[in-house]
Amino acid sequence: MNDDRILLAHGSGGKLMHDLIQSFLPDLANPILDKLDDSAVFEVSGRLAFTTDSYTVNPIFFPGGDIGKLSVCGTVNDLAMSGARPLYLSLAFIIEEGLPVTDLKKILTSIREAADEAGVKIVTGDTKVVNQGNADKLFINTAGVGAVPEGVDISAANAKPGDKIILNGNIGDHGIAVLSQREGLKFHTPVPSDCAPLNGLVADMLSAAAGIHSLRDPTRGGLATTLNDFAEQSKVGIRLEEDKIPVAKAVLAACELLGFDPLYIANEGKLVAAVAPEDADKTLASMKSNKYGAGSVIIGEAVAEHAGQVIMKTSLGASRIVDMPVGELLPRIC
Amino acid sequence: MCLAIPALIKSINGQQAGVDIEGVTRDISLQLTPEAKVGDYVLLHTGYAISVIDAAEAEETLELLKELSEAGT
Amino acid sequence: MTEIEIFMKFVEEYRDPELGKKLLDRIHKRSRKPARLMEFCGGHTVAIFKHGLRQLLPPSIEMLSGPGCPVCVTASADLDKAIALGHLPDVIITSFGDMVRVPGSRSSLQKAKAEGADVRIVYSAQDALTIAHENPEKSVVFIGIGFETTAPTIAASILQAEHEKLKNYYVLSLHKVCPPIMKAILDLGEVNLNGIICPGHVSVIIGSHPYQFLADDYKIACAVSGFEPLDILLAVDRLVEQIESGQPGVEIAYRRGVKPEGNRAALSLMETVFEIGEANWRGIGVVPESGLQIKSQYEKYDAGKNFKIDPGPTHEPKGCICGSILRGVSTPLECKLFRETCTPEHPVGPCMVSAEGSCAAYYQYGSNK
Repeated sequence: MNDDRILLAHGSGGKLMHDLIQSFLPDLANPILDKLDDSAVFEVSGRLAFTTDSYTVNPIFFPGGDIGKLSVCGTVNDLAMSGARPLYLSLAFIIEEGLPVTDLKKILTSIREAADEAGVKIVTGDTKVVNQGNADKLFINTAGVGAVPEGVDISAANAKPGDKIILNGNIGDHGIAVLSQREGLKFHTPVPSDCAPLNGLVADMLSAAAGIHSLRDPTRGGLATTLNDFAEQSKVGIRLEEDKIPVAKAVLAACELLGFDPLYIANEGKLVAAVAPEDADKTLASMKSNKYGAGSVIIGEAVAEHAGQVIMKTSLGASRIVDMPVGELLPRIC
Repeated sequence: MCLAIPALIKSINGQQAGVDIEGVTRDISLQLTPEAKVGDYVLLHTGYAISVIDAAEAEETLELLKELSEAGT
Repeated sequence: MTEIEIFMKFVEEYRDPELGKKLLDRIHKRSRKPARLMEFCGGHTVAIFKHGLRQLLPPSIEMLSGPGCPVCVTASADLDKAIALGHLPDVIITSFGDMVRVPGSRSSLQKAKAEGADVRIVYSAQDALTIAHENPEKSVVFIGIGFETTAPTIAASILQAEHEKLKNYYVLSLHKVCPPIMKAILDLGEVNLNGIICPGHVSVIIGSHPYQFLADDYKIACAVSGFEPLDILLAVDRLVEQIESGQPGVEIAYRRGVKPEGNRAALSLMETVFEIGEANWRGIGVVPESGLQIKSQYEKYDAGKNFKIDPGPTHEPKGCICGSILRGVSTPLECKLFRETCTPEHPVGPCMVSAEGSCAAYYQYGSNK
């Protein structure tokens, strides 16, 4: 095996590939994976949540994380947003030939650490290697399976007028951390990505209160998109208070620099919940005592008026619509 | 037009400066503001300082704002 | 790495909601005569919408948006040139993010990129210089848009290229200047203004003297404004004062950034590299003495002179009234395409694509006024 870089031969099913996979295994070891059968076989009772995501983030290493950590947390979080307890993940790599093996090893370590923290097992996987130019260093796909406890019915369509909208902390960290490394921008930010598994936080919330109607993680498109999703799918209006929305100073500064609005920037360790008003305080308290919820705050509420629209009260007292973002966020000079 | 944001000059190296904006740091050009010094706040537009912010004027504007607000009719 | 200073110094103080409410009170009490105000700066358009200022001002004050968005006023023919350059072999197009989605006659820089053109977004002209150094076998063309705030930085980049003996850096100059377009809009006679909110950062460069003719010859009140809510309210207050007293003048409300004489060093850089010529303003047409062209001494950096391209015939989209919106004659609400066929996802004209365009602002921040 060429110790330096991944070659096409590593994906072709022969000895090189076998050796490569053997070198991964200690990082991910668990009884199901170790069997190396064509499929992982396990028992789950009750309702299942099932999700998949592909990760193509560029650059693959960024302050506060890497594509590996992201690929585990992203899928774990999608399961958690249905109220499910995440159980098993699949892991598929598409590697661009030439990727340094040390990079792959670092990513595997991140994957293991994230999986351990989330309490999930990687039970099946796949590796492909493609010609240079056909994948941007590394693409990862993870699919995840989780168990949904009885009685739990959480959906973006379940928010009701009167629900309080709760956010677990600062917005914009992840997007800015990634952007800071991009060619043509290059700035240093002291704020790392907030990439984190939120299933523990969600479990705490569910044991504190029954009135959790909607949950979603505001990833691509940011908080604005998620709230618009709630408004549209639940057919409610949402009123936000600008002053309540937490943003780290450095993230605000980077947004001013590049011409972005933090409401539209991706987060990877945040969730937004629509909670019945009588349960809001209990939920907030349970969130604040969780590692990933210390900064939790009520940022607004769902209302019966202007269904489908999100309206924000600015600090001067005016109201403005917060719409969905359009296309890719582009840094601007104007 | 013209997004420009106040940035604090932390270091100068020829016509380039290292600036800090609430912890975000970047290398920028002082070609348009050769008089800028370490410790100055500059208005930063597309990686170039376009002026040195006049702190005294900033203070006076705030005073004016307060006066006008108290003045009533 | 570095210490965090007082939170957003020189910004946060000008967002104080208590001061803002009191200033609004004062404006409400003092504004009696009709005050039709136009801003000529995309940054002001966005700030006014973002903070909902129109809703908060008294009915005597009408706010219009003028052609203050350099992206919106870039002619289709010019954008077609940029796209044609992108399709040449061994050319890297570097551009500010603002331009990338703007539709030209048939395409956009973003579409060209999807078709294989090497189009890279940069934050600064210095980043384009870096790309040129790193890719000596390619030609790096920088799409130069912006008014007088940005033009000096592009001039500086050309001088830096010369100093660093860079042989593969070019600029397509689509730069325009403000005072001539302000005059042109007034001379069209389509809008009857009482006051003008003068651009903030353009004025950092050119100072306040260039606007004197507006007060002297056109009897229009002028105030140079900053971008925070209190800055804009202060400028509006100053304009109301001038209008109520019947004494139009030019005031600088943005004193921490703007001096009457402007930034001499920046103006000198501009004058070294650029000369004034005619420019093609989308929706308005060719306006004499309103654009910046690279001087012949620096023609080796002029993309317009160094590449043979065929941008194809120019074509303006049917039904698009960006032109009259830019002139302050219509609002987006009067456009048949607005929100129907022309949306941020599928923009027909530049006023919808540019983050600062009136149409984008009306759509984004929701306005029925």
